[in-house]
Amino acid sequence: MSAAPRPGGGPTAPSGPLARLRRASVGNEYLHLFLHSPAAVIAALVATLGIGAALFAPVLAPTDPYDIGAVDLLDSLLPPAWAEGGDARFPLGTDDQGRDLLSTILYGTRLSLAVGLASVGFAAALGIGLGLLAGYRGGRIDALVMRVADVQLALPAILTALLVDGIARGILPRESHDDLMLVVLTVAIGLSLWVDFARTARASTFVERQKEYVQAAEVTGVHPVRIALVHVLPNVLGPLLVILTIDLAVAVLLEATLSFLGVGVPANQPSLGTLIRIGTEYLFSGEWWIVLFPALALVVLIVAVNVLGDFLRDVFDPRLRR
Amino acid sequence: MSAGEGDVAGEPLLRVSDLVVRFPSRFGELTAVDGVGLAVRAGEIVGLVGESGAGKSTIGAAVTGLLPGTGYVASGEVRLAGRRIDGLGREARHALRGSRISMIFQDPQTSLNPLMSVGEQLVETIRTHAEVGVREARERAVALLAETGIDSPSTRIDDHPHRFSGGMRQRVVIALALSTDPELVVADEPTTALDAAIRSQILELLRRLVDERGVGVVLITHDIGTIAAVTDRTVVLRRGRTVESGPTAEVLGRPREPYTRALVAAVPRLDVRLDRFRGIVESVDADAVRTSGGAGPNLGSWRVAGASAERASRWLLGGEGGRGPTRDPVLEVRDLDVVFGASTGGPFGIGAREGLRALDGVSLAVPAGGTLGLVGESGSGKSTLAKAIVGLVAPAGGELRFDGEPLPPRGRRPRDHASRRRIQMVFQDPYSSLNGRHRVESILAEPLREHALVADAKERRALSASVLELVGLPQGALLRYPHQFSGGQRQRIAVARALLARPELLVADEPTSALDVSVQAQVLNLLKDLRDAFGLAMLFVSHDLAVVRQIADRVVVLRRGRVVEAGDVEEFFAGPSSDYGRELLRLTPSLEALAPPEEDAGAEAGAPARPDAAP
Repeated sequence: MSAAPRPGGGPTAPSGPLARLRRASVGNEYLHLFLHSPAAVIAALVATLGIGAALFAPVLAPTDPYDIGAVDLLDSLLPPAWAEGGDARFPLGTDDQGRDLLSTILYGTRLSLAVGLASVGFAAALGIGLGLLAGYRGGRIDALVMRVADVQLALPAILTALLVDGIARGILPRESHDDLMLVVLTVAIGLSLWVDFARTARASTFVERQKEYVQAAEVTGVHPVRIALVHVLPNVLGPLLVILTIDLAVAVLLEATLSFLGVGVPANQPSLGTLIRIGTEYLFSGEWWIVLFPALALVVLIVAVNVLGDFLRDVFDPRLRR
Repeated sequence: MSAGEGDVAGEPLLRVSDLVVRFPSRFGELTAVDGVGLAVRAGEIVGLVGESGAGKSTIGAAVTGLLPGTGYVASGEVRLAGRRIDGLGREARHALRGSRISMIFQDPQTSLNPLMSVGEQLVETIRTHAEVGVREARERAVALLAETGIDSPSTRIDDHPHRFSGGMRQRVVIALALSTDPELVVADEPTTALDAAIRSQILELLRRLVDERGVGVVLITHDIGTIAAVTDRTVVLRRGRTVESGPTAEVLGRPREPYTRALVAAVPRLDVRLDRFRGIVESVDADAVRTSGGAGPNLGSWRVAGASAERASRWLLGGEGGRGPTRDPVLEVRDLDVVFGASTGGPFGIGAREGLRALDGVSLAVPAGGTLGLVGESGSGKSTLAKAIVGLVAPAGGELRFDGEPLPPRGRRPRDHASRRRIQMVFQDPYSSLNGRHRVESILAEPLREHALVADAKERRALSASVLELVGLPQGALLRYPHQFSGGQRQRIAVARALLARPELLVADEPTSALDVSVQAQVLNLLKDLRDAFGLAMLFVSHDLAVVRQIADRVVVLRRGRVVEAGDVEEFFAGPSSDYGRELLRLTPSLEALAPPEEDAGAEAGAPARPDAAP
């Protein structure tokens, strides 16, 4: 007999009030933990507000900073509305081009977050994948991956990004440049960030694969890819989540640097980083608002993401729960 | 509880009375030690024995003034030679600890500084507490090493700890503890990390030093054998309270309290084979499934429809094509070689070498429905053999035949090989063998899913729940994570996982060595029941001869990768044929002082659900 005996019509999924209670309670376990962590709630609120504002920038922003026709150079470098010489049309003042700072921040946040999330996602996928592979297989594959990582570390992030940008410009048709700019930027930043993920994932995987639960899965004949992803990955995720949140901030700043060098986002579509760059130039001539407000937006957003990351790390580890 | 031995003429060296130690935490105050008293006289070894969580180490820490974390002495007193020491300040305590009280810790690997030579560590300690020059301190150090049984101490003194074996290192640690000429030594599990042979040597040394130097020793251990071997008097602890205390022979030989009786009964005996352990204390393992706060279902009442232990046993008995393997022996190992670290070398092929021969021409057979006990010291290759059989380690030569068919000889065993299901393994450490990120349900479902044993997720769940019940856990355990269970419960889960593949051979690699004795007894009972009910063949790897005697039909003794002796278990324990076998048997602590096993003991608490109990 190959199948199990099925007495009395066979097993059924749990049903009845008890089962419903359990499903509800397990489903709500995370919610319960979340609601009992004020820091996480506030961080989530801030992050949601920031991301929401960025998403709905076209609706929320008083003006469209990308519309060159709507911008008047005569309005440039106006202070915030409440300061002396401020204009009610520009609540947070204007930048050197006469763009409304509030609108530009909203649009810039959108751009920064998009590039940041995409490039960190790319870096994490690449790095964790290679790290798991290297740590789990060991031997030559490990040696190869780690030497590549060392070479990558020796190259400054900017250089990597310039290289990627240069190659992309060379092989892509000219007319698709601007459309693909963001993709190139994402790949460039991602390539300079994957090493952290790979090294951390590899080191933790090395430790985890000695544990008996991995051997137990091997004895049973579980596929190595499944062992790596289902068994090892959840156990090495903690430190990776922390890197993820930190690297999100790094990616946003890196994007700003690249934009400053002219290989990032187009100048007529300023990101948060670009705004901060521009702002620093005017800091000493008294136009403090150009750097302050974008920087504030960036800091608040990054801190919120970091707090959320810490919370997620704890939640994903059932051992830290009580 | 009174100090007990206080009526002895003169003040004892150490007197602990009505000691209460508390650990405040955010969940309220935990009372780790609750009114314990003991007295140690010079030249006497007093044993503190109990299972995990009994508070024995906390008492030791309270005596030495090294209570961890937030712990503090809430009431009671500790007196050293009549002087109260529990209220002393940090400085005074520190001075006392160096000069009059010494400690010996469990793990000699970590209690010595690997970067300093043994001599430097000894000289440093001696000179911290005595006004002597380097030369004189060194002379003393050499004398101490000689006293603790280290050969040619005047040359070995300049070696670093890694040049010493585990047992030798523990001798050095003892020398270090004695270097300040203390009156009292607190030894916390000093032999737990050592092999049986080394253990008895160290215990002999300890006894000799105590007799010669007249120091008092508090010996903290979970091992009744150690207590029986060296202590003069014993205090049995349970959950921070004294259960029983008195002369060792009396406490272990004629225990008054049911708990002590149960504890003694759970100790595997070298001289008798018991059908099963009886009268095990149920509540030791019954802090049950630790309740996790707030969210979470009620474990006791949650059940999967259609799941029962009866169903599990029917399923386990209903293997395809009739039950189980047809040939005897189930597993045959012939001339097996395993070599580690050979040829491949490091990255880029640098440093290719011959490697370490872990197994050298090993042959053995596991009889159908029988249990083969595999014994040997650490480093004998017994775990390697277990791993080679389940396919975790690739053999370099020889042959493995399972149910008459040869297993793939070299390289990795294919993932879809039938033996991946038919041979299952139970690992040593239940804290590491269950993935902490997975619920018990997904841990148990894996073999079912991997071998496509049942149709769908519903059935996987029902079967997992059934097998859980079979191994004596509530079905609701499915919803929990491993860290919510005690060690014994985890090992039950690990056994359940192995069973769910419907194996024909179970390889158990030291399955009870990480567990307390009473939990060990429960797990051994469980394995016996499963074997008897399902005709499961078993390879039982253990360093503990007494455990092997309880469960095995045949014994194979390994030493340095070679089979030294093989034979029937009763014959082996009656008189081993090899010198090494005799040596092993001689060095296993004798428990003659213990009470004779009780055949008529009462309730069999903690026994697993008997699979044959179903109508």
